[in-house]
Amino acid sequence: MVSDFFDASEDWGKAVREGLSAAWPICLGYIAIGLAFGVIARKMGLHPLEIGLMSLVVYAGSSQFIAAAMLGAGAGFLPVVLTTFSVNLRHLLMSSSLSLYLKNLSGSRLSLFAYGVTDESFALNMSRFQAGNWGWRSALVVNHATNLTWFISTVAGGIGGQFIPAGAFGIDYALTAMFICLLVFQIRGIYHALVALFSGVVAVILSLMIPGNSYILITAFLAASAGLCIRKTGLQKNRPEGGR
Amino acid sequence: MTGEIIPIIIGMGVVTYIPRWLPLFFLTRRRLPSWLIDWLDFIPAAILSALILPALVTTGEPRHLVWARPDLWVAIPTLIFALRTRSLAGTVVIGMALYWLVTHFH
Repeated sequence: MVSDFFDASEDWGKAVREGLSAAWPICLGYIAIGLAFGVIARKMGLHPLEIGLMSLVVYAGSSQFIAAAMLGAGAGFLPVVLTTFSVNLRHLLMSSSLSLYLKNLSGSRLSLFAYGVTDESFALNMSRFQAGNWGWRSALVVNHATNLTWFISTVAGGIGGQFIPAGAFGIDYALTAMFICLLVFQIRGIYHALVALFSGVVAVILSLMIPGNSYILITAFLAASAGLCIRKTGLQKNRPEGGR
Repeated sequence: MTGEIIPIIIGMGVVTYIPRWLPLFFLTRRRLPSWLIDWLDFIPAAILSALILPALVTTGEPRHLVWARPDLWVAIPTLIFALRTRSLAGTVVIGMALYWLVTHFH
């Protein structure tokens, strides 16, 4: 089972090098957010062991912040679990999009890969897959290197995070800057530019109207569908006269 | 909140894992129609934009528009740098440096 999973070791060596050299911006961001989460979760009454368990089992930053706040306010099983579900439902679209590049992977590998799908790993791996020469092993290394960083940072924050100065070296901006550049990579033509523009504007409007983060899922769904419509009509207009 | 926390964490893990796993497991085993592939191809641009823009121009709970945050103003040179260089590492370093400068000396 293990030998079946970790085939040709030279492939993995290359994947570890590639994955780690790609993952560092995410790791930087996770250190900042993870420490902050640890501090807050501790204040809300979670033990560092519980913080670590949550980071391993759930591994989804924003939902963990919300859950910690709810637990601190005394919320029980059902409210916390249902809120977590709705906050993390957006991964459905990300995994759907990633599935285009993970054909022919065994069920156990896919199941392991699924565990590490986050906003950040999705955005990074997607841009690498589209650029070509990016294997599932490298992508898996990105997922798990970032997961390990998240785990360690949240536990460290829970143990002694209040001693770390907030906002050191602009580290709080690492993920925003990474997302900006990855969005630039996604603009591969006029249709993608229109989708991004539409999505940004709709997301701002919806985020002001609906509490929570369901606006991300709704907006991405609408924007991708709008892109499909625009591309279809655009293609028909450009079709030569009388052509079938 | 004592012995109840472990089942809550496990429940959170299960409901988080399912949406991550379902599409990967089922969509990779099918030949997808071309319109669905096109649609999925738009998803990264759509999601990234939906993640970034509200984070830059809104804040608070309930959210409201704010134009004067360093997050937004640092984003503009960061975006220009990304467009010019197409360097992920460079963009992250420049963004962090600018943000640090602005938040420290403003």
